[in-house]
Amino acid sequence: MQKEYTITVYTEDRIGITNRITVIFTRRGINITSLTTAETEIPGVYKFIITVISEKEKLVKIVGQIERLIEIHRAFVHEEDEVVYQELALYKISTKALQNGNIELLIRENNARILTLTDEYFVLEKTGHQQELIDLQAKLAPYGLIEYSKSGRVAIVKWSRRFHDHLKELETRRPDNLKQAQYSEHTEVSAEEESI
Amino acid sequence: MQQKDVLPMKPEPAEKRAATAAPLNITGSEAVIRSLIAEGVETIFGYPGGAIMPIYDALYDFQDKVHHILVRHEQGATHAAQGYARTSGKTGVVFATSGPGATNLVTGLADAYMDSTPMVCITGQVAAHLLGTDAFQETDVIGITMPITKWNIQVTRPEDIPGAIAKAFYIAGSGRPGPVLVDITRNAQVAKFDFEYKKCDYIRSYRPVPEMDPEAVKEAAALINSAKRPYIFCGHGVLLAGAEKELITLAEKAGIPIASTLLGLSAVPVDHPMYVGYLGMHGNYAPNIMTNECDVLIAVGMRFDDRITGDVSQFVKQAKVIHIEIDAAEINKIIKADVAVHADAKTALTALIKLVEPAKHDEWLKGFREADKKEEEKVSQKELYPAEGGLKMAEVVRMISERTEGKAVLVTDVGQHQMIASRYYRFKDPNTNITSGGMGTMGFALPAAMGAKVGTPEKEVVAVIGDGCFQMTLQELGTIYQSEIGVKIVILNNNFLGMVRQWQQLFFDKRYSSTEMINPDFVQIAKGFFVPGRKVTDRADIVAAVDEMISHKGAYLLEVVVEKEDNVFPMVPSGQPIANIRLE
Repeated sequence: MQKEYTITVYTEDRIGITNRITVIFTRRGINITSLTTAETEIPGVYKFIITVISEKEKLVKIVGQIERLIEIHRAFVHEEDEVVYQELALYKISTKALQNGNIELLIRENNARILTLTDEYFVLEKTGHQQELIDLQAKLAPYGLIEYSKSGRVAIVKWSRRFHDHLKELETRRPDNLKQAQYSEHTEVSAEEESI
Repeated sequence: MQQKDVLPMKPEPAEKRAATAAPLNITGSEAVIRSLIAEGVETIFGYPGGAIMPIYDALYDFQDKVHHILVRHEQGATHAAQGYARTSGKTGVVFATSGPGATNLVTGLADAYMDSTPMVCITGQVAAHLLGTDAFQETDVIGITMPITKWNIQVTRPEDIPGAIAKAFYIAGSGRPGPVLVDITRNAQVAKFDFEYKKCDYIRSYRPVPEMDPEAVKEAAALINSAKRPYIFCGHGVLLAGAEKELITLAEKAGIPIASTLLGLSAVPVDHPMYVGYLGMHGNYAPNIMTNECDVLIAVGMRFDDRITGDVSQFVKQAKVIHIEIDAAEINKIIKADVAVHADAKTALTALIKLVEPAKHDEWLKGFREADKKEEEKVSQKELYPAEGGLKMAEVVRMISERTEGKAVLVTDVGQHQMIASRYYRFKDPNTNITSGGMGTMGFALPAAMGAKVGTPEKEVVAVIGDGCFQMTLQELGTIYQSEIGVKIVILNNNFLGMVRQWQQLFFDKRYSSTEMINPDFVQIAKGFFVPGRKVTDRADIVAAVDEMISHKGAYLLEVVVEKEDNVFPMVPSGQPIANIRLE
């Protein structure tokens, strides 16, 4: 079934890594609906958060192919209830609209805030889920919405462990350490938990 | 080079010395060559040009250590490196210049990527300050080759060269092997730096050696032990892991018939009692149809290509599937595995052998032999022993097989002759089947045969090539002559693009659109390159001609004019269930 999924990818810091990831979606004709990337809490390790509308089965295979790339640490597909996520939108509105009493209510109700104000326009900021941001856009339209800009998704995985632990685990997998690595250490952790 | 005050008691081997000696202040180009030497590279296939000239200049001083083979087209260099890698087990190395030199590598890179062949291509690039400016012979080779390489990197500073090359060799040769491209800008080639080489054996985001789950092996063994009709698919991964013996031991111990994929051919000797034949669209009849009869399928180092599965929805539905595979992305990609053993073939099979109980499945094996009779009668007899009519590809291949005792390295191109050669050559030794499997690259065989011969000079290398394929890369005859590479070239000439013509006959109402070829005189062409040859049209002359070719020292071209409109059977029509396999 086609649904919105969040994909997270942990990568090394490397020119062209975005290309390497996106081309795998391109090959299968899947449209990326949003993509956000930034450095994680570990210097040199980046996290990509990608949203797509597709089927889980297909995405599991794609994630496998992403993980196969040399500079990728791990990649996962998440259902909506596995992640806590937010998006951010900026709205540029004509200052004249301020004179209309309803806008105040709209700002209050949406927990939006004003970032800047000039004679001609002001800029509102709101964070939330995509639909809330789109809804506010629709409500602001009558007030003379000049420009609207929305970010991709940022997400936290509910079951994630510290990535540091994962990296430490990786260190134990150096060829010379492999022999001593004990399987029992890992078998207690379920496949999903083991992943990060 | 600076000398240490105290010399070591025992002289260290050259590679070790290179890694430990005090830094040398050298150019990036010299660093490239020294890095390759440190990786044990003895042979490079390449073609010079503007942006890689400094590296070729550095190579000039190391001709005693590294043998450079000047090909006639960069594509030829890639296929030669593939042939070299697949016979020698070493990583093939290619040099090419920027722009067109680099883009000419694309087909070979894609081929090596599909067929898991370790290869390192080093391309020259315009100077760093010209990148992105559409400079002369600039092309974004990193962007172009991103989806068809296991890894690629652009180096713009000389000090990054050793590290990039070390990583390239580590990545190309470890895990599931594949091609890697290192693009080096001209400024990095000419600038000097303190050279130091350290081999790479670890990249934290890359895990080439999976940690095998012992539970999965136990589950696999339990399935095999309870199976009535177990069946092994032997893929390329068996050869890549060097697990031929383990596979045969498992099959013998547990009484399991083995069928081979196209790239798995030669892992198991064709005359082995547990070997039942070759799978796929034009494979043998028995191994194909019995796929839907087995109760446990053990797929080893293979990826369920659509040429093997046909219609996936009707493929091996009745059986439990054990998939032994080093590349996690291949597991559950096409066929859902009931038990997945994520490991290289050798590790997995070694563990499995200990856990399986001795068993025999004679009735089950007999079923294969009975099905074989049907193929013998309907196909093979007519192909191998035709009473009259034009020459058959199969009889020529079988003759070569007999005269080389199945011990030659057989290099095939793509199309009818490839399928026939794979069907009728009786392989005896591992890594003696070199062909373009996943990509199906016409023009592969001639250059790949050169590389195969350079990789295993002690072996007879026979390239079986179609008339269409030969004309895609025939300029490599020049390389064969210049570098004195003693390959035997057999052109099976039907004056058609045979496989396409066959499909036109069967599925396009005999509308032979652009498949007939009016060919040149191949023997004359070979003569032009100083390669002796002979053309045969009569059945009576085949034995003598094949013997003449094999006894000839050095390269030789044998053109055999075969039946014009022959078809390869059995055949599973594309996308159909394998049950629909046709024998005529």
